[in-house]
Amino acid sequence: MKALRKYLDKIKPQFSEGGKFSKLHSTFGAFETFLFVPDKVTYKGAHIRDSIDLKRTMSIVVIALIPALIFGMWNVGRQYYVSIGESTDIIKNLWFGFLKVMPIVIVSYVTGLTVEFIFAQIRKHEVNEGFLVTGMLIPLVMPVNIPLWMVVVATAFAVVFGKEVFGGTGMNIFNPALLTRAFIFFAYPSVISGDSVWTYGLTSTSKVVDGFSGATPMANAASYAIDKIPDNFTLFLGNIPGSIGETSKLAILIGASILLITGIANWRVMFSVIIGGVGMTLIFNVFGANPYMQISPLTQILMGGFMFGAVFMATDPVTASQTHTGQYIYGLLIGMFAILIRVLNPAYPEGMMLSILLMNAFAPLIDHYVIESNIKRRLKRATINSKS
Amino acid sequence: MANSTNDKEPIFSVKNLKNLTGPFNLNNPITIQVLGICSALAVTVQMKPAIVMALSVTIVTAFSNLIISFLRNTIPTSIRIIVQLVVVATLVIIVDQVLKAYVYDVSKKLSVFVGLIITNCIIMGRLEAFAMGNKPIPSFIDGIGNGIGYGIILVIIAFFRELLGSGKILGMSVIPPSFYEMGYRDNGMMILPPMALITIGVIIWVQRSRNKSLIEK
Repeated sequence: MKALRKYLDKIKPQFSEGGKFSKLHSTFGAFETFLFVPDKVTYKGAHIRDSIDLKRTMSIVVIALIPALIFGMWNVGRQYYVSIGESTDIIKNLWFGFLKVMPIVIVSYVTGLTVEFIFAQIRKHEVNEGFLVTGMLIPLVMPVNIPLWMVVVATAFAVVFGKEVFGGTGMNIFNPALLTRAFIFFAYPSVISGDSVWTYGLTSTSKVVDGFSGATPMANAASYAIDKIPDNFTLFLGNIPGSIGETSKLAILIGASILLITGIANWRVMFSVIIGGVGMTLIFNVFGANPYMQISPLTQILMGGFMFGAVFMATDPVTASQTHTGQYIYGLLIGMFAILIRVLNPAYPEGMMLSILLMNAFAPLIDHYVIESNIKRRLKRATINSKS
Repeated sequence: MANSTNDKEPIFSVKNLKNLTGPFNLNNPITIQVLGICSALAVTVQMKPAIVMALSVTIVTAFSNLIISFLRNTIPTSIRIIVQLVVVATLVIIVDQVLKAYVYDVSKKLSVFVGLIITNCIIMGRLEAFAMGNKPIPSFIDGIGNGIGYGIILVIIAFFRELLGSGKILGMSVIPPSFYEMGYRDNGMMILPPMALITIGVIIWVQRSRNKSLIEK
C-alpha cells in the first residue's frame, strides 16, 4: 500500500496544473480517490467533513448488490442445466453463470465509464462515482441472452441522455440503470420479453426437457396461468427464470439489510413501496375480476422485479424525493403504479421499471408541494400568534 | 425592415441573401425559434414524407409571404390575422390537392399534417414578423429561407430515424442482410415520437456547441 501511495505522490505533479498530463487531471483524481480516502479537509467555518464520501457510499451499495449478483450467476447456470436436462452441482452452475454474466458486467462498466471519463475530460470536471452502482445494476436487470452490443448502445444512451445532459451525477432526473432497461425494452422488445430470453441458449425452437417452458412468473400471471406460478417459498429463494439479479428475494433482502444497517438507503422509500404494492393488490383482490387480480399480496410482491426495484432502484437518493413526507408519497405511488401496470396492461408485464421512471419524473413536484404546504402551515401559525 | 431609400434593390443583394440563409443556421425556425416542433415529430419517420412536407411548407411560406406583403398596406390591422389565415388556408388547400393528385401514397402518410400546415407557427410568425413590414421580394426570399431552414432539420431527423429505425434510406434498404444475420436489430424506439424529440435535442446541442453565441446566459 505504501509503495502505491509513494508512486501516486511521485506522478501527481505531472497531472496537476502545468504538468505533462494536466488534461488528464480528472482521470488521475478518479483513480487516486478510488484507491485512497481523499485527504480533503475543510479550512473555514465549522463544517465537519465525514470521511464517507460518495465513492465509499457507492462502494457499499455495490457490496450490497454482490449477493444478488452471485445468486444470479448460480441461477443462470442452474436454469441452463435444467433446461437441457443435466444434473449439476453448485460449482458447475456458478462457473457457467460466471462465464455468461461477467461479459455483461464488464461491457456495462467499460461503456459507462468511458462515457463518464470523456465527459469529465471535456468539461474539466472531476470524474463522478455515480456509475459504480449503475454499472452493477445494469447487468442485474438484463436477461442473460441479451446481445452485448445492445448493452453498449443502451448504456451509452442512458448515461448521455439520462445523466450527462443534465450535468452528471447528482443532477439526473431518471435512474440511469432503469433508463438502460427501458431503452432496450422499447427499442429491441424481442430480446427482453417472451419466454425464451431468460434462460441461456434458449430459443423458441430449441429442444428442452419436457415441462420446461422458461416462462417467468410474471408471464404466467399475465396469461392467467396462475397454477404455473411457483409457490411463495420458491419465489422467495429465486430458483426461477428471470432477469439476472432479481429472482432471489433472499439475496435482495441480504442486500437491503446491508443498506439499512449502514444507513445508505432510505427505509421510508423501501417501506412505503411495499405498503403501496400490498395496498393496490388488496384493492384488486376486492374486485377480483380476473385471475391476475386474485393473486395474494405476498405473491404479487415476491413476483418479478418488485423487490429489486423497491430496494435498489426506488431508493436512489438522486432521483427519489428528498423530504420525509415526500418519500412516503413517492414510495406509495411507486408500489401502487407497479401493481396497476402489471395487472391492467399485459403488454408491460414488469410494471416496476415504468412506475419508478414515472415517479422519478414526479419526485421534484412532490417535494415542491410538501415544502409549500409546510410553509403554509407554519405561516398560519405565525399569523395567529401575531394576532393574539 | 423595408429600405425606402433604395427602390430598385437587386434580388440577390447582401440583405436578401441574409434573409435567405439566416434561417439555415443561426436563425433556424426549429432549433433556435423552436417553432413547428409538432410536425417535425410527426412526419419524420421516413425521409420521403419529410421531404414532401418540407417542400410544401416552403411553398406555402414563400407564397403567403409574397401575397401578404403585396396586401400589407391595405389590410386593416384589426382583422389582419383573419386575412392572413384566408391566404394561408387557400395555399394549403392547393398544395394538398396537388399532393393528392400526384403523390397519393405520400399524401396518405402525411394525412392531417398537410392541413395542419395552416396552424404551423413558422408561417404565421413570418407573416407577422416579416411580410407585414417588408416589400414583396424580400418577403418571398424570407419565406423560402425559413421553409428550407425548417426542411433541413426535418430531413436530418428523418434521415437518422429511417436509417436507425428501419434500416432504410428513402425506402431502400442500406443495411446489408449479413448485419441482421450477425444479430443486428433495428431500433424500434427510433420510430416512436420521443426519439424524434431527442434527435432534435441532439441537433440543438451540436449547433450550440459549435456557435457559442447561441448559448443563453
